[in-house]
Amino acid sequence: MVKKTALLILLLGAILMTNLMLANAEPKTITLLNVSYDPTRELYKEFNVAFAKYWKQKTGQTVVIQQSHAGSGAQARAVIDGLEADVVTLALAYDIDVLYEQAKLISKDWQSKLPNNSSPYTSTIVFLVRKGNPKGIKDWDDLVKPGVSVISPNPKTSGGARWNYLAAWGYSLKKNKGNAEKAKDFVTRLFKNVPVLDSGARGATNTFVQRGIGDVLLAWENEAFLAINELGKDKFEIVVPSLSILAEPPVTVVTKYATKHQTQKVAEAYLKYLYSAEGQEIAAKNYYRPRLKAVADKYSYFAKVELFTIDQLFGGWQKAQKEHFSDGGTFDQIYRR
Amino acid sequence: MMQMKQKRQKSEFNHRRTIIPGFNITLGFTVIYISLILLIPLAMLFLKAATLSWQQIWQTVADPRVVTSYRLSIVASLLAALVNGIFGLLLAWVLTRYQFPARKLIDAIIDLPFAMPTAVAGITLTTLYSTNGWFGRLLEPLGIKVSYTPLGIIVALTFIGLPFVVRTVQPVLQDFDQEVEEAALSLGANRWQLFIKVILPTLFPSWLTGVALAFARGLGEYGSVVFISGNMPYKTEITPLIIVTKLEQFDYAGAAAIATVLLLVSFLILLTINLLQWWNGKKIENNIV
Repeated sequence: MVKKTALLILLLGAILMTNLMLANAEPKTITLLNVSYDPTRELYKEFNVAFAKYWKQKTGQTVVIQQSHAGSGAQARAVIDGLEADVVTLALAYDIDVLYEQAKLISKDWQSKLPNNSSPYTSTIVFLVRKGNPKGIKDWDDLVKPGVSVISPNPKTSGGARWNYLAAWGYSLKKNKGNAEKAKDFVTRLFKNVPVLDSGARGATNTFVQRGIGDVLLAWENEAFLAINELGKDKFEIVVPSLSILAEPPVTVVTKYATKHQTQKVAEAYLKYLYSAEGQEIAAKNYYRPRLKAVADKYSYFAKVELFTIDQLFGGWQKAQKEHFSDGGTFDQIYRR
Repeated sequence: MMQMKQKRQKSEFNHRRTIIPGFNITLGFTVIYISLILLIPLAMLFLKAATLSWQQIWQTVADPRVVTSYRLSIVASLLAALVNGIFGLLLAWVLTRYQFPARKLIDAIIDLPFAMPTAVAGITLTTLYSTNGWFGRLLEPLGIKVSYTPLGIIVALTFIGLPFVVRTVQPVLQDFDQEVEEAALSLGANRWQLFIKVILPTLFPSWLTGVALAFARGLGEYGSVVFISGNMPYKTEITPLIIVTKLEQFDYAGAAAIATVLLLVSFLILLTINLLQWWNGKKIENNIV
């Protein structure tokens, strides 16, 4: 008995010690955790350096920003399950909405707290084709032709693929004056041409680029540029369709955790700095379309393309997710037997 | 009278002590450990699934697409486990019975599938077996496609399950008494009889364990398979992928329900294998007696 008690005291002592040690290591610097999705790795690497410099100049405080990258949905779940992010910068608003719905970590009106639907930069969906464009792919209609093989990740597991899907749907909807049946038929025919459904955007890029499968890859514009820059301009080219979707990857402060860490001020400044001239410049350099026109005009590689938003055609992410990507939605119906 | 006797027996049982001290404390530790590491997480899974009504559970787990995925996952894991059963046994045999250069190196390499991140394994295998890869290029003229087909899933599961059979059979082979073999030979057994009647029965339990482990591992494997399978609904969609798609919709309960089915299936199969082993042990015991 005595032994047991002694052991217990020892154990409690050890726990106390570690607590004290942790408490003593009071941070002289502020640490921010930015939980983001996969393709923003390069963007935030550059932006974090710029922000830390700006913040030091402005307040004298040193801020260290930690990054976490994975699939957008997986990151949202991690934050819900207790990954204490100060800010999240994800691929689509749906993945941030759940932070309110499932865990009340943010307020319901989070998206109106920052300008432009809380999306400091945007992107769109373009086509990546093999050099010389052997199949002559120019617009969405060419993707549903027989014999054309299209690579897209699985919309059920990939946020990027959901933008692909909605871009195709929206194109057909606009072309056929809002006829949903025709849009469904169009997207069904398109996905019949997809031989492989990778689980994520990078996986799909690999399938197209490394395995040589498919004639066209549906991709984020920034991913398409990266693929070309890293793998050679002599192998691939970008085709911009006549009409595409305005992909708005949103950002927000995770109020509950930022309050707990007492980092609201710096977290808010961090996100606002994304809208500054320098932040926009960094976004543009990393192939995200900046909101500031002055910056956008400097980068000629963003092709002019007519863009529609998810709010205009689909009534927002909540509705789009439910109609198209939830179990039994239009995407599942394509494969129904 | 009877009751008293029973009671005494019972109390005797309770008070019987093993010779080795510390029984209570080790049992206590075991129970706590198993609870923390295994039982409580499993209970959480069941609890999550139980937030659905029976009808909802049934709708989720009996959906035709999900059922197709069970079939694929189970068949692919079984086939992969059997391939490993045959070739793993062969490998273990060669590694223990023969001396040859680089034997130690090969012995060490066997464990690599355990250490390798499964995504890396998946991407590597896909590269090799896709139509422009080293193997895929040779197989394509023969009309054999591996990447993005069920065959690819089996290849991936065979890769990650390889160490199980080798590592369970190897020690038994190593400790195998040479004299037993000599005795069998001197009693007139030919080589075939020696293998079937003497060596195989001794190996069987550990071999079965290895196959069972490889199977169970394959059933839950996600990381490597999603790269090589192509993930086409009704064709190459494994059950773990369906679970992930449920999670992606924040449908935790649905994911838990399907996971529970998968868990029960593996449990039943593992239980059957344990029974087989027990039955086999009995048979050997009887033979000896």
